[in-house]
Amino acid sequence: MNLLIKVEKAYSSFALSIDMNFSGKSLGIFGMSGSGKSTLVRLLCGLERPDAGEILLDGRCLYSKERKINVAPEKRRIAMVFQQHALFPHLDVKKNLLYGHRWLDRELRTIDFHSLVEVLGLSHLLERGVGNLSGGEKQRIALGRAVLCNPQLLIMDEPLSALDDGLKFHIIPYLKKVASEFGIPYLFISHSMVEMRLMTEQTLVLSKGQVVDMTTCEALARTRMGLSPVGYVNLLHLGNAERERGLYRYRFGNSTLLIAAGLFLDQAHYELSSKDIILFKKHPQAISARNLLQCKVTSLFESAGRIGVELACGTNTLVAEVVSQAAEELELKVGCEVFAAMKASAFRQIW
Amino acid sequence: MLLPPLSPADYQAIALSIKVAAAASILSLPFGYAVACLLTYLEFRGKLLLEVLVNLPLTLPPVVVGYLLLVMFGTHGWLGAWLSQHGIRIIFTAKASVVASAVVGFPLLVRSLRTSLEGIDRQLIHAARTLGATWFGTLISVILPLSLTGLLAGSSLMFARSLGEFGATIIVAGNIPGVTQTIPLAIYEYACSPTSEQMALSLCLASVTISVAVMYLHERFARKAARRNGA
Repeated sequence: MNLLIKVEKAYSSFALSIDMNFSGKSLGIFGMSGSGKSTLVRLLCGLERPDAGEILLDGRCLYSKERKINVAPEKRRIAMVFQQHALFPHLDVKKNLLYGHRWLDRELRTIDFHSLVEVLGLSHLLERGVGNLSGGEKQRIALGRAVLCNPQLLIMDEPLSALDDGLKFHIIPYLKKVASEFGIPYLFISHSMVEMRLMTEQTLVLSKGQVVDMTTCEALARTRMGLSPVGYVNLLHLGNAERERGLYRYRFGNSTLLIAAGLFLDQAHYELSSKDIILFKKHPQAISARNLLQCKVTSLFESAGRIGVELACGTNTLVAEVVSQAAEELELKVGCEVFAAMKASAFRQIW
Repeated sequence: MLLPPLSPADYQAIALSIKVAAAASILSLPFGYAVACLLTYLEFRGKLLLEVLVNLPLTLPPVVVGYLLLVMFGTHGWLGAWLSQHGIRIIFTAKASVVASAVVGFPLLVRSLRTSLEGIDRQLIHAARTLGATWFGTLISVILPLSLTGLLAGSSLMFARSLGEFGATIIVAGNIPGVTQTIPLAIYEYACSPTSEQMALSLCLASVTISVAVMYLHERFARKAARRNGA
């Protein structure tokens, strides 16, 4: 995808002014409520008309005030997955899935319905109405419906916000798998840093209708560490699980982690807040926390008065967070060795 | 008190009332739906004026509506003159009753349809557009099916209003038994005669029965539409 957006739109109490150019397979759009994410999406899809500027997708002009071009939403080939799924209540699952497909020119119908249904695990639901499905099933149908349009760009507008945490992280693999298997570039809109990091690498940061940054999700997560109530969230993909006296033991590089959360799964994703890691300068002789890892400080960064400490634990990386006084007392420097302690209950299984 | 049975003329008035109300409702429906869509989904210059014009028959005395129709469809009226050149006569025929009922009931139809259209989640319309449906395609494949019960509710309300239409009808269609005499006009005639009080009551009872049945259907449709949109 090659996306150029240079638009302005003013309302009575809010003005949006975006100037961005992006090339890549996926881009996140991050911002708090009211930052202009949804307005940008509506302008991009053609559901609203900008006051000025131009929008180009892969060299094709979708809007240009100067050239008096405003391509209709149905001709833009930009499909959307909405926050509230927006499934048609009068159609069954199969008809919902095929809704966009039937408006599509024959030569563009290249995405195989059965393969997609298989990937999304919807085969058993095709004849059912959409009223009594779970939130996760509805969102998978909405995703399939958008993908079957063979769009040039897929916009996922906070597709996980309406789902509870358990379902949310079950949907993410589907979103990623579908986009990669069918080669569809996407924009992922969210105000959740964790979702953003799981879905994209690059992200555009909006605030008060303006682009304030274009960065990697990782860099953004570190910048926002001190502002977020959960700090920096370490995302861990762990495997080779074993049970050990009521806890789960997972391999973590050259060491192991003992975890007391979630279901016993051989492969699982966990999150661990930077606030839940305690650093020691020397080996504590006895400690109630079940995990103690010897790590090397690889970098230090500042975020809203907090010090982020990037730790190399064998081949893995963790980010811990300390206040500046603690950093001074521990004499934290790049290259120094510390011990990181984590309670077994500090981990949260996400899927 | 035992009411006298309905006379053949009363049955004729009932049948005519139902035919007039049905014709007025059916003929108004496409126009009403188009106006309701226009007012619900589009922003345009003159929208407020259109809203005022559509709702005008609600506030104008029906006699005024009838008189204006008489002026318009009369032999010397601008529309009436043109129609008579083509051999069509409206005034003092059942067609005039239909026109009067349609004009007076139109605002109710549009209001009911608008309520139903406004209840449709806008995101469904946006979804349809981004999935490749044109505006007309969206209307046919999403808006129309989702407003079907609202459409029935609006039509039944208009039907009920047409059954009770009196003021405009008597001016523009007159009160000709067997031709333009609907239930309200027949009751009016009985009421004007000192000996037909019982006959008027019988016809009133018939009118109440039909209206209750129609309004019951209207409420059923309206509730179903509200439930569907709320789901």
